[in-house]
Amino acid sequence: MHAEKMAALRASLSKPGLADISARIPLGHRQADLCLKGGLERGRLHEVFALLGHEAAATGFAAGLAARVAAGRHLLWIRQDFSAHEFGELSATGFLELGLDPTRMLLACMRDGADGLRAAHDALSCAALGAVVIEIAGQPKILDLMASRRLTLACTKKAVTAFLLRLGAQPDASAAETRWLIRSAASPVGHENWGHPVFEASLVRNRRGTTGHWVMEWNCDEGLFQGPTAHRGAVVPAPCD
Amino acid sequence: MALWFPRLATDRLQRPVGVKAATDTDPGVPPLVLVKKVDNALRLSAVDRKATSLGLAIGQPLANARAMLPALRVVAANEPADLTLLTRIADWCDRFTPFVALDGPRCLLLDVTGAGHLFGGEQALLHKICGGLRLHGFAVRGALAGTPAAARALARYRDGAVIAPGEEAKAVMPLPVEALNLDPVTTHAFRRAGLKTVGQVAGRKRSEIVARFGAAMIASLDLALGHRQKPITPRSPPAVYWKEQNFPEPIATLDIIRLALKSLAGALSDVLEQRGEGARRLEAVFFRADGAVRRIAIDMGGPTRDPLVIDRLFGEKLEALTDPLDPGFGFDLIRLSATFVERSSDGVTDLDSSTSEKAEIGFLVDRLAARFGGHRILSFQPHDTHIPEATWVVTPAQHAGASKLSWKKIRAARAAPRRPLRLFTRPEPVSFLSKAPGPPQLLWRKVPHVVTQREGPERIAMEWWRHQTLQPTRDYFRVEDGEGRRYWLYRNGLPGRGEAASQWLLHGVFA
Repeated sequence: MHAEKMAALRASLSKPGLADISARIPLGHRQADLCLKGGLERGRLHEVFALLGHEAAATGFAAGLAARVAAGRHLLWIRQDFSAHEFGELSATGFLELGLDPTRMLLACMRDGADGLRAAHDALSCAALGAVVIEIAGQPKILDLMASRRLTLACTKKAVTAFLLRLGAQPDASAAETRWLIRSAASPVGHENWGHPVFEASLVRNRRGTTGHWVMEWNCDEGLFQGPTAHRGAVVPAPCD
Repeated sequence: MALWFPRLATDRLQRPVGVKAATDTDPGVPPLVLVKKVDNALRLSAVDRKATSLGLAIGQPLANARAMLPALRVVAANEPADLTLLTRIADWCDRFTPFVALDGPRCLLLDVTGAGHLFGGEQALLHKICGGLRLHGFAVRGALAGTPAAARALARYRDGAVIAPGEEAKAVMPLPVEALNLDPVTTHAFRRAGLKTVGQVAGRKRSEIVARFGAAMIASLDLALGHRQKPITPRSPPAVYWKEQNFPEPIATLDIIRLALKSLAGALSDVLEQRGEGARRLEAVFFRADGAVRRIAIDMGGPTRDPLVIDRLFGEKLEALTDPLDPGFGFDLIRLSATFVERSSDGVTDLDSSTSEKAEIGFLVDRLAARFGGHRILSFQPHDTHIPEATWVVTPAQHAGASKLSWKKIRAARAAPRRPLRLFTRPEPVSFLSKAPGPPQLLWRKVPHVVTQREGPERIAMEWWRHQTLQPTRDYFRVEDGEGRRYWLYRNGLPGRGEAASQWLLHGVFA
């Protein structure tokens, strides 16, 4: 009787559905995926920090990561009223040009960071969401190590991935799975076609592997990251800070 | 049923608050009058009981009143405050019937059809309402009749009358002609003509009255005599379905309030299920024992009737209220009403996983909206225009339907995005430091950026058919600085075409 039960349990554990949930989502960029042991882990908290003055680039990078993870499901973007004034309002056509589907996006405009975190906790309990992006401007006191631990816990419960997009903030202690520092990379001069958006991304924290620094291009057509295309091969990434 | 408040304005100022005894019966207190400027003279607009007994009347000049009674308390009339008070009384009356209408500055009309038996008969109901209002310190006269106009006439002159349908004419006939609620000039004309009661007016030939006063006069006469019906217009559209619970002992703790709401939600959901409908908007009305009424509404993105969902949404809403629910001495009646319903077919289980995903997202949107306000949870909708900031709009996600328009990409395959990711709601003025040696520099927010590349212009003309005045044409450029940041800026107005002086504005930043 017990043996039968155990066998049934083993069978249910080895079902593909469960493996899917804990899967890592490859970003498309070869070295980065290698570093991340196959890709970004689903159901975890990931942080994207904008270097000063590169807030739009970090927004684009976070949108790219979220689009990879959401894979066509709904994406909730939580932003504060302040960041719309300071860094610009999120634009549907902008997302569309990056290859995201605006009909599958929800925008939650919150008064401040505290409300943003509260909304994020609500949202992370909805398993149907592909990803949640929490855009926090500045360094609110409420966002401390404890808050990031609670977010991580909320992420794991329903396996919803959260991206904490930090604009105008310095990295501090947190329980995030990965942490990225983002700035935009210069395009080579003299080309008619500017090409896809290119980021200089530093993976400065990775719980399951090594860190790294790459130039990553977001392919708006195919919806994945890649190494810089041929004509920018000569660009040498400048060391980050 | 009609309720008439003869001294509403003075009651507002001197009805007993709390345990302290009534003031206008106190011999030490001077009589109170309210004054208003009419035809450049201050005239009394309201007088309290004591002033009436001393011979003052509405409409008298203040100077005359002062001459008669030097010790007079005079306060300026405040009609908005009177109206607010009457609205609050109407809120209180909502507990007896949902059909309550304001009628003139000092009268309330209640449609109590079918409500009488709940309170032990119509006489008992009238007694209960008037008694309750008197307990709160209002002078009130009430009457119940088959038509609102007859009830209104009777309330003023025969307090406490309950007239069976069909007998309005007999009851209204002996009343003075003022009971017809006409303008003072017409009333005066009737008096001059020797027609002092409604009966005398009704006794004249109709053609005579029409010839002298017009057809509208006959209409109001018919209304008062109950020959004709005019339904009252309730203050808010009545709920489609509602359930309520009375508490003999007022309840004050939040847990018990939540429990009561939950049981009401269960009862309401049974009704909705029988009809195959779901609520899109629910309203919980809390009647406090001391007369205050609080309404809390929640909106839902789709028809809902699951009591657990309703309970949870109300829980979120009650928690998030900036002005929390104050039970005071407790609520003695809670009503849950569905004010907007839609057909719902959630009885049929859909095996398609996308439907359940959609339902889950809808529930999340409802929860966030209940907590933070529906205007904060938005979705994008395409808009048919080429003006960059208007090509999409954000609408509350709860009410957003599928759009007929589709999203159109502007960039070509393998090309850079042509619209920025972050767009400034107010484009920010920038300038070029072209005098400096080397490449041109873009000055934005007081910081110079070296321009390494630029591309453009993309000329976007404003839609002349939408605006009265001519909007300047915009020439958009994409500009990249030395650090790889890409900006979207435009020159407002064409210099050579006599349009407004051109100005550089930064509209957005690319990813």
